[in-house]
Amino acid sequence: MPSPRNWREIPARYRLEAARCRGCGKVVYPARRACPACRGQEFEKTMLSWKGKVVTSTVVQVAPTEFQMEAPYAVAIVETPEGARLMTQVVDCDPGAVQPGMEVALVFRLIRREGHGGILCYGFKAVPAA
Amino acid sequence: MREVAIVSAGMTRFGELWESSLRDLFAEAALEALAAAKVDRLDSIVVGCMSGGQFVGQEHIGPLMADQIGMAGVAATHVESACASGGVALRTAFLEVASGASDLVLAAGVEKMTDGADVTAVLATAADQELEAFHGITFPGLYAMIARAHMQANGTTEEDLAWVAVKNHRHGALNPKAQFAREVKLEEVMKSSMVSDPLRLLCCSPVSDGAAAVLLCPLEHAKRYTDHPVKIRGTGLATSTMALADRKDPAFLDAVQLSGERAYKMAGVGPADIQVAEVHDCFAIAEICCIEALGLVEKGAGRHAARTGLTALGGKIPVNTSGGLKSKGHPVGATGIAQAIEIFEQLRGGAGARQVKGARIGLAQNMGGSGASSVVHVFEGV
Ligand SMILES: [Zn+2]
Repeated sequence: MPSPRNWREIPARYRLEAARCRGCGKVVYPARRACPACRGQEFEKTMLSWKGKVVTSTVVQVAPTEFQMEAPYAVAIVETPEGARLMTQVVDCDPGAVQPGMEVALVFRLIRREGHGGILCYGFKAVPAA
Repeated sequence: MREVAIVSAGMTRFGELWESSLRDLFAEAALEALAAAKVDRLDSIVVGCMSGGQFVGQEHIGPLMADQIGMAGVAATHVESACASGGVALRTAFLEVASGASDLVLAAGVEKMTDGADVTAVLATAADQELEAFHGITFPGLYAMIARAHMQANGTTEEDLAWVAVKNHRHGALNPKAQFAREVKLEEVMKSSMVSDPLRLLCCSPVSDGAAAVLLCPLEHAKRYTDHPVKIRGTGLATSTMALADRKDPAFLDAVQLSGERAYKMAGVGPADIQVAEVHDCFAIAEICCIEALGLVEKGAGRHAARTGLTALGGKIPVNTSGGLKSKGHPVGATGIAQAIEIFEQLRGGAGARQVKGARIGLAQNMGGSGASSVVHVFEGV
């Protein structure tokens, strides 16, 4: 992964920037050219709330090479109040305790290191809601 | 469109085949299919392969494989749809014959997974790189999330998942080409190590090498090549959202349903007409979701099917008589063709100890990624 690839994703990963479709109101995360619901191409920028609810989850025991030091860790699909769904790790808790319905907060964290240069890629992880 | 038949098949054993390269595997399966039909020319070759590029650093597979079987000059195409590459190769070949563009087309699938590549990382490229793999999810992880959602909605249990593995290994024990041709006990599955909660090792298909090939021609020419052709009555291909998070119901594989509906419609049959089926059990939960989405069982009832024997050999609708991906092995690009071969043999009475008596209509369903693509074919013995 060359660094421009990481740089392009910064608005979505650092700030949770999304797009609201002017045609049907759907909140699309991250922003894309055409609305998956109505194929409209007019959007306004919107920000996701830094919180949500777990839709489904797992605990990854056998991890990809880059994440082996962190295993076991929980990964979940989280739905934000805007109706957008995103995949994220759930940390700062027993991974086995992460279950559908759990309320979480999203926080800014280091996610991984990219390529041989080890560029730091930041983004969000979920933690149990206070 | 012309009616199309499969007239011959060839397949390597599936497993860790250290003595065979990507090209060796393809050639073995392809030459067996050509020899069985006594054919020495082809109009076209379609090769399904998920990632020669990442597994062994080899792209441009179409001409490579044509050359390897002495067919340089023949039209050859590589098609890719992750783990559904083989099924999509069959569909592409079918459409080429049905359209009248070609008379003799070899549809093949191949994958060489054990040459040292980081298999987990390569397979993860079939997920959304920016939204899924970036966060450290794996393929077992994605299907584990599907499983947990299915448990939440339907009360599915870990034991229900384990029964799928037990059933498919019971079938695979009868298949000499299977990678793990042996039975497993329920307790073994339940005690195997956790890969991604709630999916245990014995609920996951293995890493495999292998190739499979079938020869297609217009139905009206079929008797030139075999006494027992099998007609392809319908094909259906569908897609869903790439990211699992974007599906309204993560426990429902909508692309499987759509691809099934399209194939049923084209074939003029419904789920009740299917007498034997191969479905994409890359993980035990996938078989449960697939038989529901294909209408072979009621939605929510898939969890009971393996335990009650409904989908076992001798049951009402035997599923994965080959052993499925679980026991037979899952060289990803080859899987879709291998599934078609199992149905081909079933419908012409050639499945040996795994034969479903009197089967005339069968189905094969092959899936890519976490269900972002699915391809279904309906076959009839003629
Ligand atoms: Zn819209």
